[in-house]
Amino acid sequence: MNFPAELKYTKEHEWIKLTDGDTALIGITAFAQSELGDIVYVDINTIGSTLAADQIFGTVEAVKTVSDLFLPVAGTILEVNPALEGQPELVNSDSYGEGWMVKIKVANPADLDSLMSAEDYQKLVG
Amino acid sequence: MKNTPFTQIHIGLGAKMAEFAGYNMPISYSGINDEHATVRNNAGVFDVSHMGEFILKGADALDLIQRVTTNDASKLTTGKAQYSALMNEEGGIVDDLIVYCIEPNSVYMLVVNASNIEKDWNWISKYNTKNVEMHNISDKTALLAIQGPNACKILQTLTEEDILNLKYYTFVKGTFAGVENVLISATGYTGAGGVEIYFEDKDGDAEKIWNAIFEAGKSAGIKPIGLGARDTLRLEMGYCLYGNDIDDTTSPLEAGLGWITKLNKETAFTAKEILEKQKAAGAKRKLIGFEMIDRGIPRHDYVIKDAAGNVIGKVTSGTQAPSLNKAVGLGYVDVAHAGIDNEIFIEIRNTPVKARIAKFPFV
Repeated sequence: MNFPAELKYTKEHEWIKLTDGDTALIGITAFAQSELGDIVYVDINTIGSTLAADQIFGTVEAVKTVSDLFLPVAGTILEVNPALEGQPELVNSDSYGEGWMVKIKVANPADLDSLMSAEDYQKLVG
Repeated sequence: MKNTPFTQIHIGLGAKMAEFAGYNMPISYSGINDEHATVRNNAGVFDVSHMGEFILKGADALDLIQRVTTNDASKLTTGKAQYSALMNEEGGIVDDLIVYCIEPNSVYMLVVNASNIEKDWNWISKYNTKNVEMHNISDKTALLAIQGPNACKILQTLTEEDILNLKYYTFVKGTFAGVENVLISATGYTGAGGVEIYFEDKDGDAEKIWNAIFEAGKSAGIKPIGLGARDTLRLEMGYCLYGNDIDDTTSPLEAGLGWITKLNKETAFTAKEILEKQKAAGAKRKLIGFEMIDRGIPRHDYVIKDAAGNVIGKVTSGTQAPSLNKAVGLGYVDVAHAGIDNEIFIEIRNTPVKARIAKFPFV
């Protein structure tokens, strides 16, 4: 299973990647999508909300299960991946790429330092 | 946790495993959507050996079955099966089951839900006042469901019995893949056609049969299917799942199982009077099927409301239906709201999401 080194990870199986300055993309890990199975709906209606770290920003629904999505660091939800509306299965097929879930404005980019590295995350799920 | 005769095969194939009713069962292999489509369009194999089987034997075997179940088993002749329900004394359902007639009046097999084996056994035993011989053969019985429009064609190459022309809810016993005494039954829980085969787990027969089926179906693309797709397949058909849609507190009349509730059969069954009264007065709530109009996926125990926000019922099963590309569910609603096409609202994470009562099967 693939865990790109340039991403940061949480114990709730989300990844976050700073794209420029203080904006970041967030999604779920390859491990998470594999555990969930076929993803059929990504329900996020927190656009514009400013949330603390670990707060729920949405829900991902697989055929059999529902799972909450937790924000890795404090920030404001700027955008939801529009492609997921019609193709939630992108989360399964490309969890770190086209299957990203939200773009956020990070409150404090230094907060990412406290998250897990790819290596640490791999140990957690290994 | 118990294993079935196929547990090691599932693990070897890389299935996602989980405990179900005390058994280590495969939930999915290639993914629920893919497995679901395989069964709807082609052929798939389910290991459902966790199900329970009881043999009832003796002069009063039929009498006992008639007293504890709702359907009329006296109509069964050799080679016929029927869907039925065990009733409790309050008019609720102890379990749903299939009654197989091996010999009219004297030999029957009852197939019950894995989670209810002990409960059913004790319940039937309690009513066994005329010394019917009862055998619980669940642990030594292997059960595979081979389902899908191409299932019978594939299996026909493995037996002399005429599977292709086996009528729904009938069965034959014969040699299958070189194994004797296999019960081949035109039943299933998918609505996709196919059979279920029961045989004794001995001398490596289970593995022999599994391998023969996959060899025979290889070129057609037969696949192993887990319990995840079993649930989405049955839900698209509107088939009840015990513990979700029916249980000790739901009556067969409420659950739309009036067709297996034979109030006029000769032998009175448990809670018959209660059901007669309920029928005369009309059930207060009804199990309905619905499809989501607005985006959202219904799940077990979600609240159902009317347009004004009044609680009118509860979801008992729900999923994104793989064949339909929309979300569907089953649930109980007050009978006043149960009309087809009636608009209802499913409370999903504190938001009412619009749905419409629909006829099932959904496919």
